[in-house]
Amino acid sequence: MIESLIAQLERQHLVAAFALVGAAMYISYLVSDKLTNGRVHGSAIAIMVGLALAYYGGIHTGGSKGLADISLFAGLGLMGGGMLRDLAIIATAYGVRFHEIREAGMSGIIALFLGVVLSFVAGVAVAFAFGYRDPVSLTTIGAGTVTYIVGPIAGASIGASSDIIALSIAAGLIKSILVMIMTPIMARHIGLDNPRSAMIFGGLMGTTSGVAAGLAATNPKLVPYGAMTATFYTGLGALLAPSVLYLAVRAIF
Amino acid sequence: MVIYGVALLAGCMLVGLWAGDVLGMMLGVTSNVGGVGIAMLLLIFLGGYLMDKNKMPASTESGIKFWNGMYIPIVVAMAASQDVAAALDGGLIAILAGFVAVTASFLVIPLFGRSQRPTPLEEQPPQTKSSPSSPAPIR
Repeated sequence: MIESLIAQLERQHLVAAFALVGAAMYISYLVSDKLTNGRVHGSAIAIMVGLALAYYGGIHTGGSKGLADISLFAGLGLMGGGMLRDLAIIATAYGVRFHEIREAGMSGIIALFLGVVLSFVAGVAVAFAFGYRDPVSLTTIGAGTVTYIVGPIAGASIGASSDIIALSIAAGLIKSILVMIMTPIMARHIGLDNPRSAMIFGGLMGTTSGVAAGLAATNPKLVPYGAMTATFYTGLGALLAPSVLYLAVRAIF
Repeated sequence: MVIYGVALLAGCMLVGLWAGDVLGMMLGVTSNVGGVGIAMLLLIFLGGYLMDKNKMPASTESGIKFWNGMYIPIVVAMAASQDVAAALDGGLIAILAGFVAVTASFLVIPLFGRSQRPTPLEEQPPQTKSSPSSPAPIR
């Protein structure tokens, strides 16, 4: 009997994921309400629970998709994958007024460039502090700190070794996870409560998953603004890191 | 009909992501440049146009609003399928690099000022009238 239930859950994986996430969110909102008096947003707790489960799945299976690597929870990979995530992010834009975006347009663009350079410099500085001196490794780790997609792109184009590329991906993943966790905590202190600051935030942070989850746990109304600028970040990073930023690193070291 | 809303959303996403790919190719980057953002702008314009023309009945809207409402659960599923183990495996360099980058970025946000009112910060250029922005200004 139990086997047939498990077999059914594995076969109907996406539907099983809907049920699982629904249950996890119900419990998270209950915890938020009863244990924290609503001070910690229910979705913030749900995202933390998700990350903790992903860690468990990762060490349990050795795979790269967190809890989704356990066949019983494979549907999570589809539900939380790029396709449905992008569809849902785009849907949040419905009803947004264009003038709100235009007003923050210039600040958003400045935030994008500043964000890429800031994260890159942070990555290079930390790598330097740990004893890396060759421009290729420094650039690759810096690029990975921009986002975990830019790291491999830059690393491949300037010829970094695979362990450095793996390290750069790890730095980008940490950044994205930290944005998810820290955004709801920091929001009040940095004035992240209006469309304009959300667009600046998206441009500075740039990690789409981090920004998407961080804003969801802060105020879902801000999601479309942050996501709008964040979506240009990886492309900009992939453009700057192996070219201008690499040349700058090479000139300095 | 509900499917009209879903189809409008899907169409915006496909066109937007395709445009992002083309933009990436034109810039010589092997990545999508702003595809989701372009799709969002498309939905804002098309949705707004159809609303003004009274061509968005409640049933059509509900096809978009459903996916809007599914956003947070999808993000939770996304969090549960992140490679958290590998991220922590990267060790202290990865953790510190991520931490320094995120902290620095958070600290910079208030420098942009809350609104158009002048701020005493010197490094902030005087706010000019915001120019109409398009996805092009990358570069």
